[in-house]
Amino acid sequence: MKHPLLPLAITVALFVAMAAFGAVRYPGFLSLQVFLNLLIDNAFLCVVAVGMTFVILSGGIDLSVGAVIALTTMISAALLQAGWNPWAVMATVLAVGAAFGALQGLLIQRFGLAPFIVTLAGMFLARGCCYLISTESMPITDTTYTAIAQARIPVGFDSSLTVGALVALLTVLAGMRLAHATGFGRTVYAVGGGEGAARLMGLPVAATRVGVYLLSGFTAALAGIVMTFYMLSGYSLHAVGLELDAIAAVVIGGTLLAGGVGYVAGTLFGVLILGIIQTLIAFDGTLSSWWTRIVVGVLLLLFCLLQRLFEGRARRTE
Amino acid sequence: MKRLAQHALFWPSVTLALLLVVNAAFNPSFLAISWRDGHLYGNLVDILNRAAPLMIVSLGMTLVIAIRGLDISVGAVVAIAATVAALLVGGGFSAEGANTSEHPLWFALGAALLAALVCGLWNGVLVVHARMQPIVATLILMVAGRGIAQLLTGGQIITVYYPPYFVLGSGFLFGLPVALWIAAGLWLVLQWLATRTALGLFIRAIGGNPDAARVAGVRAADIALCVYTFCGLAAGIAGLIISSNVKSADANSAGQLLELDAILAVTLGGTALTGGRFSLGGTVLGALIIQTLTATIYSLGVPPEVNLVVKAALVFAVMLLQSAEFRALVARVARLRAGET
Amino acid sequence: MTDRDIVLEARGISRAFPGVQALAGVDLTLRAGEVHALMGQNGAGKSTLIKVLTGLCAPDAGSIKLLGAEVAWHTPQQAQRLGISAVHQESHLLPNLSVAENICAGRYPRQPWFKGGGIDWPETRRRARDLLSRLGIDVDVTRLAGGLPAAVQQLAAVARAVAGDARVLILDEPTSSLDAGEVQALFRLIRALRDQGVAILFVTHFLDQVYEVCDRMTVLRNGRLVGEYTCGKLDARGLVAAMVGREIVEAHKSAAHAPRTQETPAALSARGLARRGALEPVDVEIRAGEVLGVAGLLGSGRTELARLLFALDPRDQGDIQVDGQPVRLEEPADALRLGLAFCPEDRKQDGIVAELSVRENIVLALQARMGLGKFLARAAQRELADRLVAALGIKTASIETPVGQLSGGNQQKAIIARWLATRPRLLILDEPTRGVDIAAKQELMGEVLKLAADGTAVLFISAEIEEVVRVSDRILVLRDRAKAGELPGDAGEDAVYSLIAGGMAAGDA
Repeated sequence: MKHPLLPLAITVALFVAMAAFGAVRYPGFLSLQVFLNLLIDNAFLCVVAVGMTFVILSGGIDLSVGAVIALTTMISAALLQAGWNPWAVMATVLAVGAAFGALQGLLIQRFGLAPFIVTLAGMFLARGCCYLISTESMPITDTTYTAIAQARIPVGFDSSLTVGALVALLTVLAGMRLAHATGFGRTVYAVGGGEGAARLMGLPVAATRVGVYLLSGFTAALAGIVMTFYMLSGYSLHAVGLELDAIAAVVIGGTLLAGGVGYVAGTLFGVLILGIIQTLIAFDGTLSSWWTRIVVGVLLLLFCLLQRLFEGRARRTE
Repeated sequence: MKRLAQHALFWPSVTLALLLVVNAAFNPSFLAISWRDGHLYGNLVDILNRAAPLMIVSLGMTLVIAIRGLDISVGAVVAIAATVAALLVGGGFSAEGANTSEHPLWFALGAALLAALVCGLWNGVLVVHARMQPIVATLILMVAGRGIAQLLTGGQIITVYYPPYFVLGSGFLFGLPVALWIAAGLWLVLQWLATRTALGLFIRAIGGNPDAARVAGVRAADIALCVYTFCGLAAGIAGLIISSNVKSADANSAGQLLELDAILAVTLGGTALTGGRFSLGGTVLGALIIQTLTATIYSLGVPPEVNLVVKAALVFAVMLLQSAEFRALVARVARLRAGET
Repeated sequence: MTDRDIVLEARGISRAFPGVQALAGVDLTLRAGEVHALMGQNGAGKSTLIKVLTGLCAPDAGSIKLLGAEVAWHTPQQAQRLGISAVHQESHLLPNLSVAENICAGRYPRQPWFKGGGIDWPETRRRARDLLSRLGIDVDVTRLAGGLPAAVQQLAAVARAVAGDARVLILDEPTSSLDAGEVQALFRLIRALRDQGVAILFVTHFLDQVYEVCDRMTVLRNGRLVGEYTCGKLDARGLVAAMVGREIVEAHKSAAHAPRTQETPAALSARGLARRGALEPVDVEIRAGEVLGVAGLLGSGRTELARLLFALDPRDQGDIQVDGQPVRLEEPADALRLGLAFCPEDRKQDGIVAELSVRENIVLALQARMGLGKFLARAAQRELADRLVAALGIKTASIETPVGQLSGGNQQKAIIARWLATRPRLLILDEPTRGVDIAAKQELMGEVLKLAADGTAVLFISAEIEEVVRVSDRILVLRDRAKAGELPGDAGEDAVYSLIAGGMAAGDA
């Protein structure tokens, strides 16, 4: 195994290269606001990708996050329409998201089910619940929500951030600390590196495996709140396929899909790379949106191949 | 009775029968079949026709899962095959009438299937030679595949005006849908391959115990390549049927979420996701269950939104039934109960 | 020593797994300040006993007393809290984490609350560094464990176990990847811990190490207690005899089967066959119609030799010739094509495909050699399976019964049948009689001799020396992953034991 920071360095270098390419090629690209917009437009992706990073670090996967985001926007819209206090609404959806994730984690851990299938079913369930609430888009007119949605936090140079972007940054920072400086975070790495060995070391493997799905459900709900700020509506077709973007961001951010190796900071750059691809295509004006998909696919391929190289000698089983 | 209950197809059959009974109870005309316009007509025929593409994709998926793999790119491959075929058939709305195609039909179909085959081979190469986890390897095509299809169409929905192309998706042969004949033919071929050829033996050996198969000299890499390639091809056939049925190809939405329905059909059919045990007949039943479920929800007048929730409940139930830990837990609870009384 | 020194006392420990009685009424007594060896062959029950002691598996029967009080634990965490630490054979460290983290995982030092209360990494590194320097191991604790040599990983794993306040330290094959200098470093630590009053259970297959560092030993065989001995009172030869046992197998060398002479061409020969960490360069030559026995203790390299010959593991070096011709032998499918056959040691893991029928298991290798194109017709499959089931006396309801439902011995025969179906020129049998009852054992041995009489070359590997001596024309003895010597088939068990026990037996005898 080469130095663990190398994939992260490649990710950052890739982002810098893309930014430099844009700056040289397109006038007006090199402004602070363009880069802040990367974060503003992808804030919910960033939040959910942080949770996904932990799931993937532990060697699992969570396909339900996109649907949980949609469910969060629906529950928020429905409760607000019912006249709930907006802060109580936020607390409720966060609790629902965490409980949803924890339930999936329990099924995976307790009954030895495949994370892929459990969270796939979870995705069906969450989307289905959205439809049960309403098939129409539900507008949000609550004053607190609209105030938060319109708030701009100036950061100088005529540039500003949204509350959602700020939440995303704080989530990344919290995620970095959780991964680096807490027993839970380190056990996530240990489980991803070798579940058997981690168990023999006496680490709380079972609780941690449930914990990562709980965390992922929580960040999905948080991302859902950020998305409600961004969209000011609840809709069952919000965030369709977002789980794939989140997985792609995590992988491009240098986290091994096999688990055990990666950084939350890398995920931030993975999200930014996905964002900058779209920005570059938008600036170009002649390229169509589907190039995003193709470029993301190519990047995924390159990073997966790189990972194979880093893994060196393949693990015998699996 | 007990032996019957242990048969691989018992539970899928019971589920399907139950669904049909529910339908018949609420809507006595549900099971009616009549002869109209020179072919069979009725809800059941409709279900069979609509289930055919899912059956075909799921059959390919069954073999992949049987060797402990997974292919989540089938939806994207459906889109690619549909797009290629629609583009090549083309057939603008010309003055002479609608009966022209830009290229011969056989060429268009062949090219579409070749594209699907290449997609499957690509997945196989990534899994076998780049040694990626199956989910990851096929995720790449899942993400990029639709982009490629949209690139081909320029983001447009391609409409086909050439009637002979519609036979695949909405034509009838001997009174039954052509798509059903294709699905049934594929099933029979696979059933034959699985039980009467070396390929079937090797697939079951690899799924049952990959290490032992290796010691016995089975070249698992070659088999895996074959299976992934075939899965791509099956998705391609399904893509042709789907686009023929709607007389167009939409790169963005053709085959959307089909990979999930296919995995669900395979699971419902009693194939273990951990490999080893697989049942092609079960998969066919699984696909029928999914389609019947959709029809049931419509015919009961339940809002179609419930469909996803019911599907989710089904997946959870099937998963738990397949889990040894869950069965042990149930047995323990049952013993406790028995001990109390 | 008095009973007051007893730290841990296990009485009548039994544990069964499906089809195997892994432990049957085993006793073990560990005293404070002693190094206690746990000895036994493959399948003796050592691993299971360790699992019971560390809380990884619960015993079916028996009691464990810790400092005189009866205790029970269900998880490694509980065992560790009671002061029972272990270094397991397979799980060394987490390769993706640093050495410091591996040592401190689960008991990280914390920052004070006003700094955030997170993990104190400088302190973590310092503690790890202190501990390792006490061990005399010079390693950068910030390096990832996966990038370190196996030996250093092993030492760090021991360090981790010692870092807690262990009353009982269990070391399962801790030296199997260490060189002489590293072994001495480990022994220094073991002695230091012993002098502090820690009871150390030391499991190894290196006899000289037992005599170097241990005070007493407990010997197991086939899940049963053979006895507890003081090291000074049982010499290496006696120990080997106790471990191997002296079961008499009623098979006779057939008179018709005369040892082949040098004129017979070599069916297979390997020069300098080696793989790092598994086998030092070894030369092997097997002639048609000959039974070459391989004797050696667990970990001597006997299974590794077989796996290298069949290309199950890649070899680092060595040329292999079949019938005098150099051949390409990179994967098992090549070996199959060359007419090699291999009955693996671990029947469940590498042998049977439990869900497939007896018939399918039997035709699998033959079909693999025929390839995808040609399919063995169902009738031909049945005929072949029927013939082999009858010939080997496989007891099964029908040839369509899933092989997983057969008894262990019959599963073993089914695997042998699979290879006989390919008419191999060389049959490698790795512990074919393990877990098989006496009657089936005799039949199996009879089959081996019959095969050789028909001109098949047989490589016969067994932990039971009597068996090897009984069937072999020549015996290759392995010790510590290298060739210890080669003996003629009529050399007798004592000669084999002497070679296995090495220089020690000669001195003690």
